[in-house]
Amino acid sequence: MMEAAHLGRLRWHSRRGMLELDLVLERFWLRHGDTLNAEQAMALEQVLELEENELWEVVCGRRSIDEPPLQRMIELLREV
Amino acid sequence: MNKNTNLTIRKFDAIIVGAGGAGLRAAIQLSESGLKTAVISKVFPTRSHTVAAQGGVAASLGNSEEDSWQWHMYDTVKGSDWLGDQDAIEFMCRKANEVVVELEHYGMPFDRLDNGKIYQRPFGGHMSNFGEKPVRRACAAADRTGHAMLHAMYQRNVKANTQFFVEWMALDLVRDGEGQVLGVTAMEMETGEVVMFQAKATLFATGGAGRIYYSSTNAFINTGDGLGMAARAGIPLEDMEFWQFHPTGVAGAGVLITEGVRGEGGILRNSAGERFMERYAPNAKDLASRDVVSRAMATEIKEGRGCGPNKDYLLLDLTHLDPKTIMQRLPGIRDISIQFAGSDPIKEPIPVVPTAHYMMGGIPTNYHGQVVLSMDGRHDVVVPGFYAAGECACASVHGANRLGTNSLLDLLVFGKSAGEAMVEDIKAMPTAHRELAQGAFDKTLARLSRLESQKSGANVHEVGLAMRRVMQDHCGVFRFPDMLAQGVARIIEVEQQVRVTEVKDKSQVFNTARLEALELDNLIEVAKATMVSAEARRESRGAQAREDYPGRDDANWLKHTLWYRDGSRLDYKPVQMKPLSVDSIELKTRVY
Repeated sequence: MMEAAHLGRLRWHSRRGMLELDLVLERFWLRHGDTLNAEQAMALEQVLELEENELWEVVCGRRSIDEPPLQRMIELLREV
Repeated sequence: MNKNTNLTIRKFDAIIVGAGGAGLRAAIQLSESGLKTAVISKVFPTRSHTVAAQGGVAASLGNSEEDSWQWHMYDTVKGSDWLGDQDAIEFMCRKANEVVVELEHYGMPFDRLDNGKIYQRPFGGHMSNFGEKPVRRACAAADRTGHAMLHAMYQRNVKANTQFFVEWMALDLVRDGEGQVLGVTAMEMETGEVVMFQAKATLFATGGAGRIYYSSTNAFINTGDGLGMAARAGIPLEDMEFWQFHPTGVAGAGVLITEGVRGEGGILRNSAGERFMERYAPNAKDLASRDVVSRAMATEIKEGRGCGPNKDYLLLDLTHLDPKTIMQRLPGIRDISIQFAGSDPIKEPIPVVPTAHYMMGGIPTNYHGQVVLSMDGRHDVVVPGFYAAGECACASVHGANRLGTNSLLDLLVFGKSAGEAMVEDIKAMPTAHRELAQGAFDKTLARLSRLESQKSGANVHEVGLAMRRVMQDHCGVFRFPDMLAQGVARIIEVEQQVRVTEVKDKSQVFNTARLEALELDNLIEVAKATMVSAEARRESRGAQAREDYPGRDDANWLKHTLWYRDGSRLDYKPVQMKPLSVDSIELKTRVY
């Protein structure tokens, strides 16, 4: 189980400057929020560090990320 | 620490709430003057909603062809449908070149011409020679103008030692018995601690409040926090009935589909498959101006020709286009449609609906960014210590309708002028901060305590949704008298629910449920102000389009609305028709 405070921080970091990202991340939390494990949380934290435009390009598949744990997280974001 | 409340007090010369374009520009002015300046923001500055602005910033640099601030001023007054204040509009258009060149010096990577000057492109409503033909006036950094602006100004602030309080939510404006603003209370998200930020000058740069609508292009952070705080502190909100709607937001999501799609041949259709724009605009059809298309769409829905089970959206059809055109020229739109409408526009049409985009009204200010009240027949009574700039403010430069690229200009010009006024005013004040009266934080503490102890209360998400539906259904792009009257009653019902919201999670650390409840306290003030102001204005002007009063009525309604939270009372003040140095731009019918 993830610590509530850590999850709360990640949820807040999912509030973005672009509506497109807000919506994708909202769906992600609805689908995966209750089952997020520590490894996924760490990957999400890093993905959320991306700049708005970079993150949107990654979600749309127009930009790639090499690190496998982050790739798996991006796949989850794309699927929602 | 304050003995009466155990609240920590942090003192600054100036505090700014909001770290988007206007807040960052003002902070540069203050910090570079050597004043101790704090910026409070819910999110990291470069994640502010300014990041979503793509189009550009207007300035009559004349780099590609002849241009002048007088022409820009004319376009802005006309765009505002003559509701804009001509002194503020002259000020903004005259200052445009200066603030754009300053931004260039801050490191903004503007697109360039071969000769090295800033590249400029045309944009809707911007014309040469007093409305004659389109002019290239928009300065842009590719399609990332807002993003680049935030980065350039954030870096400049870091150099100038501006102190950032990131992931803090401002809660209430604190005024003393004489009405002077002494700062804000704010909550640190990481700890839940509430702190008093005391300052000699306080600027609100909190952006828009598009989240009052069910369908909005605005990010989730746009919850009108500054407007809510101002309204609760007795400051009126000006011209809140004027909201710009974009015709093609994805239904249910709000994400914007650019006009370029219709430029490539996209067609709007109703439930019968009819290309209905042929009836409303026989020549321009789907390419008519934003307000014309939005009104036509709202009429189709109202008359039962919308699509889907609730008949509440229309279709943007691209299926007749060559798939190559969509893949090559509109890849971003295909991404958005697949992601948010679940449809590939090559195979099926995109469900779209007119979508709330920009709030023309806000906290009333003069062109120095000082917040002003109307008292004893005067309409320029400055609230000492209080300033507002950007979308949350109403200077008023956009009047009843904003021109594209004037929003980024507004941020720069009024961010800077508010910063300058704050520097000047602070220098004229005594060195010591004013005394905080006993009970200064009572409102904040009572609000938090109510939320903490509420039992059997209303669900924040459900109440928020009810508010957004009421606003969308009753106060959308095209307004009907019966719907407005019902809307006033219904938004008051929603308000009763907001007063009793309950948050089950009582934790202190990053309690997002509590933050959303506090945001709803702000949104409801904006929603009420919008509905009540729209119901009362019996004319159509700019973005306010009423079925029962289809024409502009200058004899009775050439005036600004002021909505007061106390008793949901309305008052009005005259439009400033006299510019600073040139002749007035006389009233005319607004035709393009």
